Amino acid sequence: MVENRPFLTFLTHMVLIVGVVVVVFPVYLAFIASTHGSGDFLSGVPPLLPGPHLIDNYYKMLTTGLSSAGAPPVWMMMMNSLVMALTIAVGKIAISIISAYAIVYFKFPFRLLAFWAIFLTLMLPVEVRIIPTFKVVADLGMLNSYAGLAIPLIASATATFLFRQFFLTVPDELMEAARVDGAGPIKFFRDILLPLSRTNIAALFVILFIYGWVQYLWPLLVTTDPKYYTIVMGIKRLAAVADSDPLWNLVMAAVILAMLPPVLVVIFMQRLFVKGLVETEK
Amino acid sequence: MATLDLKGVKKTYPGGVAAVHGVDLEIADGELVVLVGPSGCGKSTLLRMIAGLESITEGTISIAGDVVNRKEPAERDIAMVFQNYALYPHMSVRGNLEYGLKNRGTPREDIDQRVAEAARILEITPFLDRKPRQLSGGQRQRVAMGRAIVRKPKAFLFDEPLSNLDAKLRGQMRIEIRRLQRTLGTTSVYVTHDQLEAMTLADRLVVMNAGRIEQVGKPIELYDRPASLFVAGFIGSPPMNLFEIDKLRSLPGAEALQTLPAGTGIVGVRPDTVALSQANGPSIKLTGTIELIEPVGGESHLYVRCEGINQIVTIVAQGRTGLTETSMLDFWLPQAGFHPFNIETGKRLA
Repeated sequence: MVENRPFLTFLTHMVLIVGVVVVVFPVYLAFIASTHGSGDFLSGVPPLLPGPHLIDNYYKMLTTGLSSAGAPPVWMMMMNSLVMALTIAVGKIAISIISAYAIVYFKFPFRLLAFWAIFLTLMLPVEVRIIPTFKVVADLGMLNSYAGLAIPLIASATATFLFRQFFLTVPDELMEAARVDGAGPIKFFRDILLPLSRTNIAALFVILFIYGWVQYLWPLLVTTDPKYYTIVMGIKRLAAVADSDPLWNLVMAAVILAMLPPVLVVIFMQRLFVKGLVETEK
Repeated sequence: MATLDLKGVKKTYPGGVAAVHGVDLEIADGELVVLVGPSGCGKSTLLRMIAGLESITEGTISIAGDVVNRKEPAERDIAMVFQNYALYPHMSVRGNLEYGLKNRGTPREDIDQRVAEAARILEITPFLDRKPRQLSGGQRQRVAMGRAIVRKPKAFLFDEPLSNLDAKLRGQMRIEIRRLQRTLGTTSVYVTHDQLEAMTLADRLVVMNAGRIEQVGKPIELYDRPASLFVAGFIGSPPMNLFEIDKLRSLPGAEALQTLPAGTGIVGVRPDTVALSQANGPSIKLTGTIELIEPVGGESHLYVRCEGINQIVTIVAQGRTGLTETSMLDFWLPQAGFHPFNIETGKRLA
């Protein structure tokens, strides 16, 4: 597809640039807002150039937060989010890789049924089963706890399915060679399957970490104690103050901070992530 | 090093499909036995049963006198070389060679010494720290063999190990496998569908068809005296010409048929025993049109359509023949080259 048509090149670049602007501009706006003092928003026109209060705003949000809005310091909420996102990502990967291993490599009664049961839960994401799940979590006394935040979100049909598809592409001879070499099921899993799944695990980790990080509805339901607030739901609380205008500069500082970890995860795992999506190492 | 004993070995898959219908075979210590047959004849299944990768429905398999039916592959002390090599992609060549030894708790210095020795024999020492994907097909094949020989197993099992290589490399590796097996003196079972590979490698050749052994013997015995029509058609390239005896009776020289045993329905003649000039001794004369000439180099394969018997006859002619396609050709089937078969049983007579 080596073509040289200046107009087409121009057009495609325009489309891409417009797309980038649409995505980046709000982020830019949020960042600029987080560098201003609280008075700069009264005019109703958001400023477009950086202001002088960058360090003040971030320092205030990280350390004390907005007590008037009933929200703890941002660092605490970020820690909660981090714990929740990590538990969800690691838990999902651990459980789904083991269940996929069982489904692909072992013959046991009702194997197909087990697979379809897992597959069917794809139709039942948290939001659909939120009331019964809440009831179960409440009855188990897991409200206001990290366990309550993370465990109900761990079961994952998607990840199981992905690992299953990957395992199916691993040649059977590899398993047979390992058997001849004296590797039992656990050794085969640990020495061969796990290293081969490395890039898939990395890609899934990125996706699942972000999935855990952006959870909003579930933390909103199961936490009433500010000690367990997560950052994404906390932002909503910061913005929804009664009887006064939201302190946009501080809210935006929290927004920018909330954006950082997913960005960092993507940046640091990008190489593995892309590898995991485009190639399988065989 | 060990003997291998198969007694009444049968394999029936859960769906009721029978892949192997009772195979008896004794393999002597240090012997290289080649299982050959068309796809689906059960040769791979049989090999995998010896390896322990398939369960045995009936019968017993013994290695060095021990019945191994219920043993895991690793406990049988065999090594297998797979068609697609089955190297662990994330491990270096060294890691691949070491893995089996590590799993059975071989001491470190012993591992290092064995790996070094295997690498030296197979000339893969320079690649020990590379990953399999950085190697060529032939090098991977060597690593796969290395993985087998470091273990010093009782038997090698080869499952079509050369079919992923190009023709030239296949020839080379074939020679190397033969040399290696002779040097190490390890009992080996080798599965292939390539009859040339089978003929050249085997101490003894086992021709299989539809889950049964058709014939066992030295390669040249099978070539000279095929026990059935199937073996006659499978061993030798191009395959043997088969004639219905009744069609030959009216031809000049048909009295050559009189010495054939009673009940002969089909007469086989190898393409290389067909004579282009009247030979000594009784022979049947045929005439036909040359449809196609395949010059192979030192010899040519002629495909001659004989109107009289309504059949195409294959002839291997040595040297340059000077013949051209569409020209007429007289040729003779010498009595000495006749292979008599019964038409119903497909078995050889006498």
